[in-house]
Amino acid sequence: MKKDTGSMNPQELIPLFDLPLGQEGIVSSRPNAISGDAADVALALRLFEIGFFDGERVRVVARGHPGGDPVAVRVGNTMFALRKFEAERVLVAPLGGKKT
Amino acid sequence: MSTAHASCNLALLGNPNCGKTALFNLLTGSRQKVANYPGVTVDRKEGELITPSGKQFRILDLPGAYSLNAVSIDEEITRDVVLGTRADEQRPDLIVCVSDATNLKLNLRLVLEVKRLGLPIVLALNMTDLAAKRGIVIDVPALERELGMPVVSTVAVKRGGARELIARLEAIQPDTAAHPASWLPPDVADVTATQREVRRILAATVREPAIDTRLDEHIDRIVLHPLWGMLILAGTLFLMFQAVFSWASLPMEWIKAGVEAGGEFLVARMPEGILRSLLVDGIIAGVGSVLVFLPQILILFLFILALEDSGYLPRAAFLLDRLMGTVGLSGRSFIPLLSSFACAIPGIMAARTISNWRDRLATIMIAPLMTCSARLPVYALIIGAFIPESTVAGVFNLQGLVLFVLYVAGIVSAMAVAGVLKLTVGRGQQHPLMLELPSYRWPHARNLLLGLVERARIFIMRVGNIILALMVILWFLSSFPAAPEGASGPAIYYSYAGMLGRALAVIFAPVGFNWEISIALVPGMAAREVAVGALGTVYALSATGDDVATALAPMLAAGWSLPTAFSLLAWYVFSPQCLSTLAVVKRETGSWRYSLLMAGYLFALAYGAAFVTYRIALVLTGVGHA
Repeated sequence: MKKDTGSMNPQELIPLFDLPLGQEGIVSSRPNAISGDAADVALALRLFEIGFFDGERVRVVARGHPGGDPVAVRVGNTMFALRKFEAERVLVAPLGGKKT
Repeated sequence: MSTAHASCNLALLGNPNCGKTALFNLLTGSRQKVANYPGVTVDRKEGELITPSGKQFRILDLPGAYSLNAVSIDEEITRDVVLGTRADEQRPDLIVCVSDATNLKLNLRLVLEVKRLGLPIVLALNMTDLAAKRGIVIDVPALERELGMPVVSTVAVKRGGARELIARLEAIQPDTAAHPASWLPPDVADVTATQREVRRILAATVREPAIDTRLDEHIDRIVLHPLWGMLILAGTLFLMFQAVFSWASLPMEWIKAGVEAGGEFLVARMPEGILRSLLVDGIIAGVGSVLVFLPQILILFLFILALEDSGYLPRAAFLLDRLMGTVGLSGRSFIPLLSSFACAIPGIMAARTISNWRDRLATIMIAPLMTCSARLPVYALIIGAFIPESTVAGVFNLQGLVLFVLYVAGIVSAMAVAGVLKLTVGRGQQHPLMLELPSYRWPHARNLLLGLVERARIFIMRVGNIILALMVILWFLSSFPAAPEGASGPAIYYSYAGMLGRALAVIFAPVGFNWEISIALVPGMAAREVAVGALGTVYALSATGDDVATALAPMLAAGWSLPTAFSLLAWYVFSPQCLSTLAVVKRETGSWRYSLLMAGYLFALAYGAAFVTYRIALVLTGVGHA
């Protein structure tokens, strides 16, 4: 399951929230529950269910203002608006450039 | 047509935005019933389908869900109905899973999850026209084999778009004895396995060119842009408000005239007496005062439904999320609050789309602070009587400026109240947004119409009966006991409402209200603008409607001090006395607690604001030293 990202340097992984506008990234692993409480685990699982799955391509299409929060993220064929704390649960490996 | 065989319970289940409700509309047409699931305010939509061969289906449109592992009330209901654990709902004999054919990667996961329950199931691939246009090729027989269930193509927005599904339903023999397998919330390993299975099936059955989302993304680059997006949003809202207030004025006149004609008709035919008074002054006038808002509400909802259908609404929520987040609301609160400018009642009902209970409650609580159109007649009366029609800074009309300040005062107080709620209720919680921004599409006339009819029915039925009861009570309070023989004051002065008003005058003296105003506030509880008519009654005018305001303004200008007028304006920014709103809050929250809380805090704010305004105005005008 790591074949897409296994060769990558772990330092290159960044939270989805930090992915620059327009740049593509690849989801590196399933979303993490940060605090581990029930709501947090449920949130991570839901992100996983709606398509933030390892190897999936994502791109930040728009950002809210001020502070870039929330982010509009294209994942698969759909787009989700996520708040910062939601988008921070997904780790991505940025792909170079803005091409598809 | 044989109606002998029992009908089959069919449930439509699918992700949000998969076109499920459009398919429901197509299958059932106008044979729908919209109700509420008891205890929660999630719409329960049921309809009936009779196939060409006479087979009957009772169709339930389940709330949209991404997963059976529920995170919202909507999803809990969907899960419980499918599992057969809701006592008030029959377990479906057959499930039709509706999936967006352009987005199977997201949609198929739920299909696999539901399939494991072992109930009879059919997959409806919806929006296949759009999928074909995008060059997505789905091998339906292969998909049937892989999924182990019948698969049909549907186009829910096209007449005859459900033909294949109906043909399949004709042939199906639902196994009414089937019971859902036991279900446990999935863990990470389960979800991983399902997601892998989805990808395996897709690889084997669907050929998809690199999806061309360029058009959507081009639009979004502008629509979601921090500057252009906000300008577009502001323009849209401006157009919407213009429409609500200008297009609606003519039909509102008609309704007003119709209600008055109805009253006069009865007055002419019936002998004078209690019954006539109840019918004319209580029921017809009372219900008419609420019905008059129907045109505004319909226009408002037409805009909201069209924006929703096109995919714009979630984007508006995205744009405003951060702004509203600073006071603890989410972007989703935007539409309910917007609706509240017409009337708080549809606004509070629209708060159902907010899945987080705390966010929803906060939105409901501040909805009445948005200046509803019922306050306009009161504002217009007082501003017309007391504010000179002069020009400020060369361009601004002073009267218009005062009106604007009153609107802004409402919005600012709403934000302040939301901020206080944020600090007190559910402090420190993180509120999820996780909002899908679906592809743009053209709104579909038939769905708009059905949606509009449904809202109108909800407004008339759910609100109508509460308001009717309240109106009758208020009529009773204002009419009994009758004025004594040879009384000099207006009849209402001697009634229970008058007594209440005179008692209230003691409470309201510190904010500068005289007994006339205090009495007018009592019938004003029915709908805020009724206070105008009540003032007319108190000042013993025989005119009705608009004529009251015209005749009343000079009388008020002569009779009230300027501080009293300002104080009443400040009172009306908060004006807690709308019983219909409080009744709807009870309905939507399931408890009188929040209605009382709302009435209490609005009263405190109204009284405080009126007091401060009155005292400051007294000092400024020098009357206080007299």
